[in-house]
Amino acid sequence: MTGTINLAAEVQQASGVANLAWLLLVLPAFGAAVLLIAGRRADKWGHLLGSATVIGAFAYAVLLFFDTTSLAADDRTREAHLFDWISIHSLNVEFGLRLDPLSLTFVLLITGVGSLIHIYSIGYMSDDRDRRRFFAYLNLFVSAMLLLVLGNGFVTLYFGWEGVGLASYLLIGWYQGKDFAATAAKKAFLMNRVGDVGLALAIFLMFKNMGSTQYSVVFDKIGEQSTGVIVAIGILLLLGACGKSGQFPLQAWLPDAMAGPTPVSALIHAATMVTAGVYLIARSNPLYSLPQAEDARLVVMIVGAVTLLIGCVIGCAYDDFKKVLAYSTVSQIGYMILAVGLGPAGYAFGILHLLTHGFFKAGLFLGAGSVMHGMNDEGDIRRLGGLAKKMPITFITWTLGYLALIGFPFLSGYFSKDAIIAAAFSEGGSRGWIFGGIALLGAGLTAFYMTRLLILVFLGKPRWENLKSEDGRAYHPHESGWTMTLPMIVLAVGSVGAGAILSGVLPEWLAPTLGELVEEHGPLSHTVIAILTVAISAIGAGIAFALFGRREQPVTRPQRVSFPVRAARADLYGNHLNEALFARPGVWLTRFLVFVDNRGVDGLVNGIAAGLGGSSGRLRRLQTGFVRSYALSMLGGSILVIAALLMVRFA
Amino acid sequence: MTPTYYLLLSALLFTIGAVGVLVRRNAIVVFMCVELMLNAVNLSLVTFSRINGGLDGQIMAFFVMVVAAAEVVVGLAIIMSIFRTRRTASVDDSNLLKY
Repeated sequence: MTGTINLAAEVQQASGVANLAWLLLVLPAFGAAVLLIAGRRADKWGHLLGSATVIGAFAYAVLLFFDTTSLAADDRTREAHLFDWISIHSLNVEFGLRLDPLSLTFVLLITGVGSLIHIYSIGYMSDDRDRRRFFAYLNLFVSAMLLLVLGNGFVTLYFGWEGVGLASYLLIGWYQGKDFAATAAKKAFLMNRVGDVGLALAIFLMFKNMGSTQYSVVFDKIGEQSTGVIVAIGILLLLGACGKSGQFPLQAWLPDAMAGPTPVSALIHAATMVTAGVYLIARSNPLYSLPQAEDARLVVMIVGAVTLLIGCVIGCAYDDFKKVLAYSTVSQIGYMILAVGLGPAGYAFGILHLLTHGFFKAGLFLGAGSVMHGMNDEGDIRRLGGLAKKMPITFITWTLGYLALIGFPFLSGYFSKDAIIAAAFSEGGSRGWIFGGIALLGAGLTAFYMTRLLILVFLGKPRWENLKSEDGRAYHPHESGWTMTLPMIVLAVGSVGAGAILSGVLPEWLAPTLGELVEEHGPLSHTVIAILTVAISAIGAGIAFALFGRREQPVTRPQRVSFPVRAARADLYGNHLNEALFARPGVWLTRFLVFVDNRGVDGLVNGIAAGLGGSSGRLRRLQTGFVRSYALSMLGGSILVIAALLMVRFA
Repeated sequence: MTPTYYLLLSALLFTIGAVGVLVRRNAIVVFMCVELMLNAVNLSLVTFSRINGGLDGQIMAFFVMVVAAAEVVVGLAIIMSIFRTRRTASVDDSNLLKY
């Protein structure tokens, strides 16, 4: 491992174009505010304003990007101070923006994919009466997400972190009338809270030990801390990342989040928000790169590897179009977490995979949305089939995304995923073999479930012909309008080309933030790994074709299935596990506390009150209204006082 | 002439006054007994003053007389108004202010 890479010292002041960086936050926030405040009056033009603010932010981001590339590599980390946010005693939280290659990469991804999905939503949500509000929430999300990646301290990051959580909650529960959507929104919100507690504790620890929460100070001083503190912060940050990114053991909310409209699934729950965990760990790379943080990184890697397997296995068994994609997202983020857990050898690859994944997974989701839009919102892949002819553009763009995801040679996924697998092998020793092997196995499973999806949705017999949708309408699949196909085409182009272009330049571009990419050579050469990966993916795809492509599939899901399939259909018992380990003991604890509160605390309080009331009721009886008895008691009192005085005097 | 007799007389007068306050019901009599107690105190004040050879006690006795005079004015007025409303001067009958 390399030693500490000190990046914090060379922060420049933002100037020129970068001075306007606050526009990135304000534009979408302005859009959200206008759309929410104007109400129904904005119904006619709301979607246009909503899209325009994000496209404007994207245009500015491109400008800022070229402004940054014109600087020398060492000057590319800049900060723009906006105002002092919280200033109490020794706590001074500055509200500022950090403009460096990492945050700019994310800004381009968020605003770029965000713009495309805003455009797509114009078409997708055209039948929704509340389209304006939808765009307001989307704008709110973009603004919060930009704050998350642009903030120059952990508290600003946390602000954005909660902001995207709120937007995610609002959008998952978009179809409020449906029970499952409301439940899914709550579930997402609650499970995110679990992770947020970790992040919050990490921030508290930073403030306690380093006296600040700004990146520049924290990363400067982190090397001086004890190993215990470093590992604790590392693992708590990971817990935060697990919550937001749907990683083991907090993965169960992400598939349920598919209850939201498809553009939301594409933007928030595939391309951007769920990758915030990867961003958090990559951003904290000065911490994870420390030799003392070895254990924390190992935990990160284990979480990534476990999650990528879980996602793949469950993805093979589901029959819901979007949920399969959701588990695929879980598993691909597992790859990213695994990559950033590898340390300097993997940060850049994690971000690379994040970007290419942003393209192809958003494209896949938009394709799924297009299919569902044309099929009366039917999401059960067993009721689809043979749609390639009816929806040629969707089919072609989706297939390109599919090929990119399974790592077809020279498409995006090939460059990013292979790099992660190779980096995992290069970890060396038994760890290298285990993590590399898991990543390789994951590639095969990915190819399997994605091919299954492709065959069941687009190829084979059109099983929907003799069926009716839930509301009794017949299916009339049709290609979607241009606002929907255009973003799909753009994303498909990105899925094809992004990997080839980015894999060359990205590590160097990110070096000022993430440190130089350390190339380590494992027991297998990169060529061997590339060939192995493609071969295993091909085998996975081949098995899927043999199982699903050659015979007709039943319209209802088979009930008599083997144990692995049943386990996978039940989310590998992830929900049961959470239920048994946390939910039920939590309920017991609550009941116990309620009992203690009612009997113990309330009993004490009420007992004191009742005792005082009763005794004063008795004391009251002394007040008889009989004047001479008062005189007697006065006399008695006087005698007592005098007796006391005399006793003191003569004692 | 020993001061002891004066003090004994004072104690006797005070005791008669105190017992009178406790056992009599007529407000006027109770009132007169209070005066008796005050004057018993005056007597002992003057006696002690005489024993110590100073004038402090005698001056204090004058203060007590002034206060007693003022008290008589207020007290008799109260007793009068109670008698007018209730047609009785018994202290035991004025027992409305209780629990």
